[in-house]
Parts: sequence; structure tokens; C-alpha cells
Amino acid sequence: MLQMSVKKILSIVLLLAFFLSTAQAALRVEITKGVDGAVPIAVVPFELTGNAVNTANVSDIVALDLQRSGKFLPIEKNKLIATPKDLEEVNYKLWRIAGIDHLVIGKLKVIKPNQYEVSFRLIDVFKGAQVLGYQFAANDSSLRGISHHISDLIYEKITGQKGAFDTKVAYVTVERKQGVQPSYKLQVADTDGYNPQTVLNSTQPIMSPSWSPDGNRLAYVSFEKRKPEIYIQNLYSQQRDKVTSFKGINGAPVWSPDGKKIALTLSKKGNPDIYILTLATKKLKQITKHWGIDTEPSWTPDGSELVFTSSRTGKPQIYRVSASGGSAKRVTFEGRYNASPEISKDGKTLIFIQGEGNVFKVASMDLQTGYVQALTDGPLDESPSFSPNGSMILYASTDKFKGVLAAVSTDGRFKQKLVLSEGDVREPTWGPFRK
Amino acid sequence: MKLIKLVSALMLAGLLAACSPENVKDGDDAAADNNQQSQNTDGAQTGGINGDGTAGGTALGGATVSYEKSAINDVNNVLAEKVIYFDFDSDQISAEYQELIAHHGKYLAANPDMSVRLEGHADERGSREYNVALAHRRAQSVRRLVLFEGVNAEQVTIISYGEEKPVALGHDDEAWRLNRRVELVYEAR
Repeated sequence: MLQMSVKKILSIVLLLAFFLSTAQAALRVEITKGVDGAVPIAVVPFELTGNAVNTANVSDIVALDLQRSGKFLPIEKNKLIATPKDLEEVNYKLWRIAGIDHLVIGKLKVIKPNQYEVSFRLIDVFKGAQVLGYQFAANDSSLRGISHHISDLIYEKITGQKGAFDTKVAYVTVERKQGVQPSYKLQVADTDGYNPQTVLNSTQPIMSPSWSPDGNRLAYVSFEKRKPEIYIQNLYSQQRDKVTSFKGINGAPVWSPDGKKIALTLSKKGNPDIYILTLATKKLKQITKHWGIDTEPSWTPDGSELVFTSSRTGKPQIYRVSASGGSAKRVTFEGRYNASPEISKDGKTLIFIQGEGNVFKVASMDLQTGYVQALTDGPLDESPSFSPNGSMILYASTDKFKGVLAAVSTDGRFKQKLVLSEGDVREPTWGPFRK
Repeated sequence: MKLIKLVSALMLAGLLAACSPENVKDGDDAAADNNQQSQNTDGAQTGGINGDGTAGGTALGGATVSYEKSAINDVNNVLAEKVIYFDFDSDQISAEYQELIAHHGKYLAANPDMSVRLEGHADERGSREYNVALAHRRAQSVRRLVLFEGVNAEQVTIISYGEEKPVALGHDDEAWRLNRRVELVYEAR
């Protein structure tokens, strides 16, 4: 799993290999670019009591989450100066001298098989006091989720920003084997790549998953009937509805922020244009009418406008248009290939794919100043989407030409790759906060 | 309160875990494949009935030019070439393919009981939905030239796969060149 690829990654500042003993999902997390300003934090291995077999390692999950955020630098386990289990055991002076601001301690108690009690305490070393502490009941299927929830609580307490570890990501995987039909899967997994669930399985392409704002449903494109059609599937009830099946393209569905509409691309009149479908009434409204390609709509956070990709000047560039239609205004001017736009929740930043020659990178634009910054190195980066707290951008990248999930901090200073063992991964999209 | 939230979140997680994947019926695809096979068989059979595959002439390049119904399955006929290639981010048909597309148009005009599905494709570079739109326009470009020969519009359908169905799995100029294409897939109507 770790293999020699390590040497080949040029910008490695840190490398962290992470294995799950139960091996439900073989994956590797690589921090490919670290940050100098990351806050040192000591996550002491939790005290384990009772007879635990193949139990998720809560403190390891928490440490990796915090590290994956780019804002924390967890101390390696073998370099911890002490391993306190209880508040009374903490020698504040010792940690202060070591320059550690925050300390996480905790316990995992096995009450009986598949029944656990998890507790943790976040300690502010300089205050010399606990600033956060919780206890949870858990079982095998909930333990990883609770671990991510603990990470969220710690992250929010220290940074003041809501954590997004205990959320889901959706993505498409493709496996091609000689002599058999390719296998396309729409999957939903934890943000660290664990617990992948297959939502749809097909021998024909699946594209463009989009989360409903409540996190219960996905809209996506499936070619299962040998033509593209848009479906909405409830992840919990599994109810699935075909939303559009017009002649030509049925593509790029994106939920409106209020969850009532879907913006999409149709070519039923011959040319790809942007439409808005009101879900309750099935009313369809054409938003763009142009001889060029108009596709990849994405909503502004207030739902009043759409940004989209258009080839109306010959090459793909990003435009914005009122969600009630009208004339479109060009947004990107730098570079010959700008596509796949998404606007941050605060409405200030546009992220997109910028292509130059054979290199396609994730880039961001400050919508107030127009300043454009490349956030990744390419060469085949695609499908950027914001984390629900806006701190990270999830995108599809390649690792020796294998499609992998990757994430970069919004400022481009911190990068990571999530390499799943199964097939090529593409079109990741980060789900909303849990309600 | 947080605990309640967490518990409900976990219940959802449990439900999610309980979800079994919704399997798309393989039948559709299998059926589609069978069609393709039977379509070829039909073509061959029809050719046998027509018997005469020699009508038309011989192109200077050596390929036969025939618009007999069976000619579509004749490997020596000019119609044997059923893939049109494109430049990067372009839906323009280069001069070398215009004549080939005209042959296909003439064939369809001569055989109104045949139809063609134009399958548009793109290389892996750039964004996926843009590539779907681009490949759709490539197929449209081919369609326009085909219809120019007096073909009934109902004989020509379009499907765009974007970059989702590459024929070459490499990641270099040669693989990309082969993947930027429109395939003409014939069917008896």
C-alpha cells in the first residue's frame, strides 16, 4: 500500500501512512505539502480497557483528522513526552516546556463486544485546564463517526471554525479490466475515505454527483439506459427518481441552496444550454441561449445567480448569470481554459479548473479583487468542491495516472492525497454538515 | 443536545451502512450488446440477400465505394472507416474527414431503413461535463454533414459520452488523439 511511490512525490513535507487493521478499505493518506504554521497538538493514545478486538483506533483517527486539516501538527506517538490518561496525571509544566499548546487525552472502554464508551478531554496547556470534555456511547458501526465528531469538537474549540470531519464525500469510481465491461460505482464515504458505500453500480458511466443541501439525497447522471439521464436518489430510503431524460445531454445537475431546484445542462434544442428545474412542479426554465457550449452551472450561495462554463468566445471561460435568466457576464479572463466553477459559501471566492497546455490545475479567484491563484500543480486535476466549512477544497487528481481524491487548503498552502485501492476515483464532492 | 444530534447522525450512518447498493440491471447493457451483435448479423444476412456488393466504383485510394445496404459491413468499402477524429477542444471537422462523412451521408440517403448513432467522445483533459458538451458538438458537426446529403433527420441520433469511454487508456498525445472522436454506429431501423 505504501510502496515506493513515496520517493516520487516531490513536495513531501510529511508522509503519513494509515492502515485499518480490519482492512475494510485499503487506503493511503499522503500529506503532500505541509504548513509551517500548523499548531502542534499532542493526541495521547487513548487508554483502552476491556477486551477490544479490531476496534477503530479513536486517537489515531482524531490525530489524522487534525493533521488532514492542515491547521494542526500532531506529535508523533513515539515522541510524546508523557502519556497521561486522566486530568490529574497531566504535568502542565512539562508540556509547556515542550511547546505544546494543546493536549487531547481520552479513554475507550469496551463494555461488551460491539458496545463501547468513549471519552475525551481537550486540555489547554497554558491555561492549565480542561477546555472541552465529552463522553459517548458507541458501537462498531458508529465508532469512526464518533471519532470524527471528536475531531470536529476539538477543531472548532481551537480554531473557532466548525469542523467538517464528520461529514460525507461522494465520488465515482471506475474499474477497467481486460475482457469485461468496466464497472462504474457511485460511492459515499467518510471524509477520510473509510466506510465506502456503493450507492449505484453500473457497467455504463455515472457522472456529476451533487448533494442535496440536507445531505439526504444525491442527484447524478447515469448512462445505464445507454443515454444520459438525471436521477435523484435518497441515500437512506434508496428511493430513486428519474428527473430528466430529454433528447441529447442531460448533465451537470446541481442543487440550489434552498434544495427546491436543480440547475442542469440540456441540449434538447440542439445545443448545450443551462436550465433550472423546479423539483416540486417539474417546471423547466431555460437560463442561457447561446450557440456556444453552456454547461457546469453552480449556484451563488444566496441562490440568485449561477456561474457556469461557456465556450461563447471560442475557449471555455466562466460566466455568471441571474438565476432568472438574462445576459451573462464574463468572470475569468486569465488563461485559455477555465471551467468547472464553484463559489464559496461566503460568496467571496470562485474555484475552478485552469488549463494551460496539457496541465490542468485547481485555481481560485478572489471575486472582489479578481486575483487568480493556482492552488495545485496538476497535471490532470478536476472537479473542485469546497468542504462545508470552506477551509478545504476537494478535487480529483492523479497519482501515477490513477485517479485519486485530493484536497488542498483554500489558501493552497496545505495539500493531501487520499489514495483508494479500488479503481480510479473521480468527481468527488463534499457533502453538507450533518443536520 | 449535542449528544442527541450525534445519536441521530449515527442512526443515519447506520441506515446508510444498511443500504445495499442499488444494482442497475445488467440486462439493459447485455441487451444493447446483443442488439449490436444481431445488428451485425442482420447486416451480413441482408448483404447475402442483396447479393450484389459490387455496384458503385473503386476509389483511387483502393477502397471500394458502394452505397449498397450490405456495403456497410464490407471491410474494403470506404464506409468501413467509421471513426472521425478531432483536434483538442475543437468540434471542427478537418478536410480529410469531410469526404468520408459525405460517403456515410450518401449511404444513409440511399438506405432510409438504416440509422446511425453518432457517439461523441473527448480526451481526458479538462473538465468532464464540458467534455460531454464538447463531444456532443463534435457529433453535431458530423450530423450536419451527414444530413447535408439528404438524409432523413430521424436516421441520425447523437449520444455524447465525453471523456467517460476512452478507447486508448494511455495519458499521452497519441492516446488523447485516439480518444477525441465520433464513432458512427449503424443500426437497422
